[in-house]
Amino acid sequence: MIKYTEDHEWIDADGDIATIGITDYAQKALGDVVFVELPEVGTSFAKGDEVSVVESVKAASEVYAPLDGEIVEVNEALEDGPALVNTDATGSGWFFKMKLNAVSDLDDMMDEAAYNTFVAGLD
Amino acid sequence: MTDDNLLKTPFHDLQLEYGGKMVPFAGYSMPVQYPLGIMKEHIHTREKAGLFDVSHMGQCYIRSTDGSDPAKIIEELMPSALSVLKPGKMRLTVLLNDEGGIEDDLMIARTFEPEGTLFVVVNGACKEKDYRIIEEHFAGRLILEPLADRALLALQGPKAESVLAELAPEVKDMVFMETTMITLEGAVCWVSRCGYTGEDGFEISVPEADAAAFAARLLRHADVEWIGLGARDSLRLEAGLCLSGHDFDGSITPVEAGLSFTLGKKRREAGDFIASERILSQLQDGPKKSLVGIVPAGRAPAREGTEIADMNGTVVGKVTSGGFGPTFGGPVARGYVPKELSSIGTEIQLMIRGKPYPAKVVSTPFVAQRYKRK
Repeated sequence: MIKYTEDHEWIDADGDIATIGITDYAQKALGDVVFVELPEVGTSFAKGDEVSVVESVKAASEVYAPLDGEIVEVNEALEDGPALVNTDATGSGWFFKMKLNAVSDLDDMMDEAAYNTFVAGLD
Repeated sequence: MTDDNLLKTPFHDLQLEYGGKMVPFAGYSMPVQYPLGIMKEHIHTREKAGLFDVSHMGQCYIRSTDGSDPAKIIEELMPSALSVLKPGKMRLTVLLNDEGGIEDDLMIARTFEPEGTLFVVVNGACKEKDYRIIEEHFAGRLILEPLADRALLALQGPKAESVLAELAPEVKDMVFMETTMITLEGAVCWVSRCGYTGEDGFEISVPEADAAAFAARLLRHADVEWIGLGARDSLRLEAGLCLSGHDFDGSITPVEAGLSFTLGKKRREAGDFIASERILSQLQDGPKKSLVGIVPAGRAPAREGTEIADMNGTVVGKVTSGGFGPTFGGPVARGYVPKELSSIGTEIQLMIRGKPYPAKVVSTPFVAQRYKRK
């Protein structure tokens, strides 16, 4: 099941490996993405740490670690094709994969229905 | 300032109707972008015609109290050849302080009034200050009449001429930096062939009462789209045009800011403007620091405030404008570097989020200007 954060990230976990990206709401708010600074594979982050930066024509925005874990893969396709974040935010526009320290941390996170309700309350 | 205190231009309703995302800017509620998005708005302007609301800018007439040429008088604070301006001609100049620093850059046009009245357009964020400086310095000599009841539109891009010529064929005869009074759709407008995008185009000063209907008429044209402040900034940055208060301020001279072209040839010889000694000696010896174009090697944009370092890592200056250039196809920036690093091709580093990124000093504009000249 895909989970969401209030920082507009999505987390798609397969066992203890979680693929993480930003939501469609986030990419729309950012506008045209022109650069994504990705973390280095092997780096560990605690929940809330700044992992990555996404730059649109407008401004730079931080992407935070949604959970504790270690980066095991980054989406190198974003280096030459940052616009993937706009065209396919929840698919080929993923940012990085993390090996989670505790899979159970996902339990308390928003599911799609809860995230949609959260987003509806923002506008 | 809360949103309630923000001023609204006569285009406010029309901007909301077209989905403008409004933000506070220079005391006004202004559109930062439209549903098209900054990237597409930028490209639309370079390919067709973009319509910009620039009504936050200050428009005024300046006359002398004794009927003599106001341009001759105002030259004390401005180093350009203004007194030689013929009716219908305009020029970019700078308003200087005692130190030779640039308080603002502004457009000065000569109207067709017999007493040589000037039509002046200054930056929105500086208009109160500029008016105060002029009124105080020239007290008893110049009269500044703000045109509070006029809105200002810019129509920019390769299709600007054909779009506007449908309403007034005579605009085809105008060239860059010419201004004239034309009746458009029943509204008496100042139409000036100039802009802030590097493209051919016009700025149209339109009476407030006629403004919204006129803009709506332009927007019905298939080649015209509303363009927001976001694309306005990326367009002017690519075109190598300075943003007042960012690329220069009161501590920077025109020579340092790469605006030496505003110094009239005869004015240089005469040295008859404020702080001319400092400015002319910089012109002769070269300034200790200067504004240069910078292209980062990678794709990471270097935004305003990013530190510029030499190849040893010593911080030598800061980026004053920077971002992504949609037409250029990559990040572009401008900033101040010391003389020894200012040559085209010099390798420098940009400290983005604490990490050095390689970059190079380049000539500007990043995208060629396409003004209509004779």
